[in-house]
Amino acid sequence: MTTIVEVSLTKEVLEPGALDVRLASYRDSGARVVFAGQARDEGGKVKSLFVEHFSGMAETSIRTICERAGEKWSLNRIVVVHRTGNVAAGEDLVQVAVSADHRSAAFTACEYVMDYLKSNAPLWKKEIGPDSARWVDAKSSDAAAVKRWSE
Amino acid sequence: MIKVRYFASLRERVGCEDESIEWSEQRRSVADLRAHLCGRGGVWEEAFAADSLIMCAINEELATSAALLADEDEIAFFPPVTGG
Repeated sequence: MTTIVEVSLTKEVLEPGALDVRLASYRDSGARVVFAGQARDEGGKVKSLFVEHFSGMAETSIRTICERAGEKWSLNRIVVVHRTGNVAAGEDLVQVAVSADHRSAAFTACEYVMDYLKSNAPLWKKEIGPDSARWVDAKSSDAAAVKRWSE
Repeated sequence: MIKVRYFASLRERVGCEDESIEWSEQRRSVADLRAHLCGRGGVWEEAFAADSLIMCAINEELATSAALLADEDEIAFFPPVTGG
């Protein structure tokens, strides 16, 4: 069965749990896994994150990652929403929801999508503090997280 | 002509969002184009030095440094991504 994939980028605040409620409205799945990535305040050092994206390629690359997950595991739906622009500390930066007949596929696919999103999708975060701003450096642990899927 | 775009910290570093560069036999691959940009010196040399971690996309698809460029392609250079 083909996995239904929905990907969107938005400047609007993401309501925690919104994707879970949405996927719960379908009756075809026995499992839902929802991941939310939140903007940390780093003890007051970060007021907000500014998210720059490569319009077009960002959406396409996340969609491709989701479609690959749909080919690897038996899934029903994958929904990804990523913020762009200014994201205040404490707000959700990204939400990923996966539904499947069984939990194992949903758990694994959710992690796969996040691992690839973090190392392949053209989005960049800038931390805005009270009196300075700096681009976030890529972590080598993110690159390592992606490698394990091809082992 | 090929269109070259720069994103995030790389764009700020070189002070350029996009530009058009003449396609030529001497700049057939991503690596060739990188070397050409590096050859401009100054901030370009720092940003495009061989050991500098830069990702590249050709027509909105990730590409390796060995990938070949065609006339009219859109090439994007950007720092390692940090979304999510």
